[in-house]
Amino acid sequence: MNNKKPSNARSIIAHVTLIILSFMCLFFFYILLINSTRSHAELQKGFSALPSSHFMENFRAVANDGTFPMLRGIVNSLIVSGCCAAICTYFSALTAYGLYAYRFKLKNAAFTFIMMILVMPTQVTAMGFLRLITKMGMYDTLWPLIIPSIASPAVFYFMYSYLQSSLPLALVEAARIDGSGEFHTFNRIVLPIMKPAIAVQAIFTFVGSWNNYFVPALVLQSKDKMTVPILIATLRGADYMNFDMGKIYMMITVAIVPIIVVYLFLSKFIIAGVTLGGVKE
Amino acid sequence: MDDKKQQKSISYAKWGYIFILPFFICFFIFSFIPLLDTIRYSFYEYYRSGLKEVGPNFVGLGNYIALLKSDLLKYAGNTFILWMIGFVPQIVIALILAAWFTDARLKIHGEQFFKVVIYLPNLIMASAFAMLFFTMFSNAGPVNSILQSLGWIKAPIDFMGSVGGTRSLVGLMNFLMWFGNTSIMLMAAIMGISPELFEAASLDGCNHTQIFFKITLPLIRPILSYTLITSLIGGLQMFDVPQILTNGQGSPDRTSYTLIMFLNSHLKASNYGMAGALSVYLFIVSGILCFIVYRMMNDDGEKKPKRNKKEAVK
Repeated sequence: MNNKKPSNARSIIAHVTLIILSFMCLFFFYILLINSTRSHAELQKGFSALPSSHFMENFRAVANDGTFPMLRGIVNSLIVSGCCAAICTYFSALTAYGLYAYRFKLKNAAFTFIMMILVMPTQVTAMGFLRLITKMGMYDTLWPLIIPSIASPAVFYFMYSYLQSSLPLALVEAARIDGSGEFHTFNRIVLPIMKPAIAVQAIFTFVGSWNNYFVPALVLQSKDKMTVPILIATLRGADYMNFDMGKIYMMITVAIVPIIVVYLFLSKFIIAGVTLGGVKE
Repeated sequence: MDDKKQQKSISYAKWGYIFILPFFICFFIFSFIPLLDTIRYSFYEYYRSGLKEVGPNFVGLGNYIALLKSDLLKYAGNTFILWMIGFVPQIVIALILAAWFTDARLKIHGEQFFKVVIYLPNLIMASAFAMLFFTMFSNAGPVNSILQSLGWIKAPIDFMGSVGGTRSLVGLMNFLMWFGNTSIMLMAAIMGISPELFEAASLDGCNHTQIFFKITLPLIRPILSYTLITSLIGGLQMFDVPQILTNGQGSPDRTSYTLIMFLNSHLKASNYGMAGALSVYLFIVSGILCFIVYRMMNDDGEKKPKRNKKEAVK
């Protein structure tokens, strides 16, 4: 009895704290969703906790707005994020496999080098990057947002840890004896084994690229190439007070909700992925 | 036979180089050349005024000195303060949550649900999140309207008009976006501790507080310091949230103006010399932090933080 009571109190405190924190996390999204269903006039009257019926109206207003081509922006963002996720995971896996399965002179040097730049911010090279892509004629195109993701040290490191724990080199040897070429071995044997790691990193790369604002804001100029975060920034810079508030909430909804929906479907997988290879037992 | 083996391993070594080549070519073109270019122009007077391009004229350390004389240190201070406001509650809450979630005797109901919810904000587009906060906390926004209808306040609070208000909002957003991620990282670290230690401690009559401070905390110290450093690097890069919230102004009176916002404005103005010098300052600081991370990952054999793709607190 004596032992149980403090534990109960602790349990209550823990649950109350968690509920408060969850409330803080969800509250803003709840208001966002509610407000995206309300018209400008209703929004002016003040807050209401219940949804209204103007969702489609607001959505159409966003879809047809030429100054903020939101749907075009979503397509651009999808192209960039999808390509980034694909090439980033493929080449990171390739690099990791190259450093894991082969022995060569510069192996240790290459590994050390990647570890040194593991957490280097991209912003420090932004100025040279901007000048370089201008010289290469890639200014105001989507290429400079996609191609550099081939070299992603953090994704490489994740793949490398994963290979260490799940690819026995004997398997590679066996494939060689069976006459499999090196590229063939990688594509047909190693990649399937790495599927879980690739899936996790593809999601994180996709989300990271979808949310990226700094580099696209420097690189993209014309309206029809803009990605979602830049459109949001343009919206913030515009003459805000004269806007239809319902439309503004709808624009934010359109930017945020796709990711939330995907997350809800994959949440278990994603949360396991945060720590997968995060701490080795 | 021996000769043949030798030959074989040499021919495989070639494949190692081929496989890592794309990474290094890409890094060389898109990071290394830009870095050299950035460093080079940091020593030149080189900017655009109107349609006219001035320079490049070599000025030595002129840009570096000019930066120090400008508001650079103030912006560095802002960045640090904004980071602290988000990081301190983040690490405290994350530690408490991680301890609770891993406490076998404290059965948390709906553990998976809470994990899903607290991690959610981490995936949200920071710029859209900032835009959302901007509309919510504006004078006519829902937060003020709720507070007023509850009768807690009479006049709307001007969050974005006050130094503390703006900074708190940025801190709150960073906190919300990162505490779930940190909690889950720390949780994994605590679960890596051998359960026998906890059992032995509770058999010896330790209470929760003692177990937490005497066993859990010392054993997850490597991960804690790793979290701290990666979070610092993330904080150094803080841009999206204050940029959108204050429309790039860092208002009021540039008190929430961060280093990367400063860099961004130089880049937008094609002020290459100054942008270069500022980048070099940032490069030196982040280089030191990177080196610390490198040492951490290599020093201890076990229980090392293996990966954290998403650095805590941006």
